Amino acid sequence: MSTLHTVNKSPFATGSLRSCLAHARSGDAVLMIEDGVYGATAGTGLSDEIAAAARGGGIGIYVLGPDMAARGLDAGRVLDGVITVDYAGFVDLAAKHDRAVAWL
Amino acid sequence: MKFGVVVSEGPYTHQAADTAYHFVVAALAAGHEVPRVFFYHDGVNVGTRLSVPPQDERNIQEQWSALAREHGIDLVICIAAAQRRGMLDEKEAERQGKDADNIAEGFRISGLGQLIEMGIQTDRLVMFGD
Repeated sequence: MSTLHTVNKSPFATGSLRSCLAHARSGDAVLMIEDGVYGATAGTGLSDEIAAAARGGGIGIYVLGPDMAARGLDAGRVLDGVITVDYAGFVDLAAKHDRAVAWL
Repeated sequence: MKFGVVVSEGPYTHQAADTAYHFVVAALAAGHEVPRVFFYHDGVNVGTRLSVPPQDERNIQEQWSALAREHGIDLVICIAAAQRRGMLDEKEAERQGKDADNIAEGFRISGLGQLIEMGIQTDRLVMFGD
């Protein structure tokens, strides 16, 4: 059974992205939305850790593009290995996985 | 596929009511069904018809009411959360001896049973909150 995890807070404000990445299993997807998109940016203190999660463990790491744009973060700042999706892509991820868990 | 959606954050707080709205619009556009949205905790405040946001700004309540009208979505407000926050329909206002009600078009007040039912009757439950 695979899970879509959504994280909507910045990893610099709460520990939910880290907890989520630690709990996610192979086959799962982690989608950063709202302020969570700060976790998908390159060149931060957490970039290496998140990029490593995106490379290994069979977890798909995604970011919601419209929320990046809303915060002035252009597509060029997305970490390697993190896939940008729009709302239609968000819906597809929710449909593709067996359940959705919001890390609120 | 059928999606059930929960909104548990108030409007104009962070983004939950907006993200949920865009998610539902995208799900419907992709041919999925969204039979019900359940508004819980501060999310119940989305359903007041008395909010007057600036005219050049989105009106979150009107967006939801219009979506419900166009697509027949059941917008349910949790009664226990609603009573604590001054959200009353006509019947509840009368029952509680209040002089006004404030529920917007397309929204209705009901109980947690509707959340459980939505969980049973849909394929996925997606939560948006704080």
